[in-house]
Amino acid sequence: MKVKKDATWREVPLGGIIPEAGTAQEYETGSWRTYRPVHHPEKCINCLRCWIMCPDSAILAKDGKITGIDYKHCKGCGVCAFECPPKVKAIDMVLDEEK
Amino acid sequence: MTEQMTQIALTGNEAVALALKQVNPDVAAVYPITPQTELMHAFAAYVADGEVDTELVTVESEHSAMSATIGAAAAGARAITATSSQGLALMWEMLYIAASYRLPIVAPVVNRALSGPINIHCDHSDTMGARDSGWIQIFSEDSQEAYDNTIQAFRIAEHRDVLTPAMVTLDGFIISHTMEALNVLDAAAVKAFVGEYEPPYNLLDTDHPFTIGPLHLPDFYFETKRAQQEAMGRVIPIVLSVAEEYAKLSGRKYGLFESYKLDDAEAAVVVLGSAAGTAKVAVDRLRQQGKKAGLMKLRLFRPFPGDEIAAALAKIPSVAVLDRSISFGLKGGPVFNEIRSACYGKNIRLASYIYGLGGRDVTVEHIESALSDMMKANQTGKVANTCNYLGVRE
Repeated sequence: MKVKKDATWREVPLGGIIPEAGTAQEYETGSWRTYRPVHHPEKCINCLRCWIMCPDSAILAKDGKITGIDYKHCKGCGVCAFECPPKVKAIDMVLDEEK
Repeated sequence: MTEQMTQIALTGNEAVALALKQVNPDVAAVYPITPQTELMHAFAAYVADGEVDTELVTVESEHSAMSATIGAAAAGARAITATSSQGLALMWEMLYIAASYRLPIVAPVVNRALSGPINIHCDHSDTMGARDSGWIQIFSEDSQEAYDNTIQAFRIAEHRDVLTPAMVTLDGFIISHTMEALNVLDAAAVKAFVGEYEPPYNLLDTDHPFTIGPLHLPDFYFETKRAQQEAMGRVIPIVLSVAEEYAKLSGRKYGLFESYKLDDAEAAVVVLGSAAGTAKVAVDRLRQQGKKAGLMKLRLFRPFPGDEIAAALAKIPSVAVLDRSISFGLKGGPVFNEIRSACYGKNIRLASYIYGLGGRDVTVEHIESALSDMMKANQTGKVANTCNYLGVRE
C-alpha cells in the first residue's frame, strides 16, 4: 500500500507506520548534500572500501569495479573519500554547486 | 452475577496486580519504584508461580520499561508496565511515542509527588504532567475502582476506534498500601470480558513487513497528530459503553465522573482520586446541617469530558475545584483550569483549592471549609479568593 503524498489525517496509516518495507530507496536524500564525492576511475584501484563503508549504499559497483556514485541518495558525508587509501585518493569532496 | 464474585481484602497494589493476573497480558516490562513496587512484586509472584503466561522483563530503568513495552506491543503483544512519580517522569519521551504509535498499552500509575524536594507520598503531579502525552487517564477512588478501572482500561485502549494507551491511577500509599475489602470477578469472567487481543499491526508478521517509527517531516507529522486527537475524541462513548457492559458483569456502575448529591446542590467540590471519600463525608456533614452540598468525582481526566462536566455543574452557583498538584505560574491547579474552561459562558462561580501536596493529609474539615467558602460566595455574589490552599501552614 502506497501512502499518497497529500494524504489527509483520515488517510495516513495508523501509528505513523509505513505499511510496506524497503522504502528508503524512494526517499531521495541527495538533496541534503553540501559536498559531493567525485570519483576518479583512472586513480581507483577498486579496493571497494568506499562501497563497503558507504552508509547509504550510494557507491555503485559492478563485477568488482566501481562504476559511479548514486547522487540521488548520497548525503555527502565523505566517508568514501576518508576511507579511500591515502596513496590512491580516488575520491575528492567538492562543494556541490561547483559540480 | 453473584457466583462470579468474591469479596476479599487486598491493598490497592494487590487489587491491581490481581486484575492484571486475570487479564493475563503477554508481556510486562517493569522497574521498581515506591509506592508501585509492591504492585509488580505481587504480579511477579503470579508469573513465578506459573499462574499467568506473561513474559516478565526486568529492565534497568523506567525509560527502558516503557521502551520494552512499546517494542512488545509493536510485535503484537498485549503489553503492560506500571510506575510512579520519577519513574513516570523518566518514561516521558516514550509516553508520547507509545501514544503516537497507537499502541494500546495499559499502565497503572501509583500517584506520588515529583521531586524535588524528594518525597515518596501521594499527589497527582506525576500523572498531571503526562496529561498532554496522548494517554487516556482514568482515576480511581479506592482499591475497588483501581481493580475495576484496570480491567476496563484494556477494553477502552484496545477498541478499534481508539487504539491509544491508557494509564489507570491510584493514590500512592492511601490506596496502594491500604487494605480494603473489595469484590473481585471470577478469572474466567475477566478473560471473557477483555477477550482475545488483536493487535493493529504486528512486527512478527513477516509476510506483511512494514516500517515503524519513521521520520515524519513537516509533510506528514501534523496529519498523524490530528489522527491521534480524533481517536481521543472517540474515547468518551467507548468508556461509557465499556462501563455499561462491565456493570452487567459486576453490578458496579461507572461513568465519566460520579455525581454525589449534586442534583440540588448549591455548593459543590470537584475532586480526583482518594480524597473523594473524605469529600463525601464533608458533603454528608453539611447536608445534616441542612446545607445543600454536593460532590463531583472525576474518573476520566483524559480525554477531558468538558461538555458533560459543564452540563452536570450548570445549575450549581459556586464550585470549588480541588487539585492535588500545582501548575507553577498558572492561577489555580490544572483540574481547576480545565473545568473553568469547560464552564466558560455558564453562570458558575469557580475557585481553585490546592491540597495534599507531597502526601499532606486532607481532612473532612478542609473540604468543609472549601464548601463553606462556596456557600459564602452564594451570599456575597463572588468568591473571596480564586486561588486557595488547604492544609498548608500560612
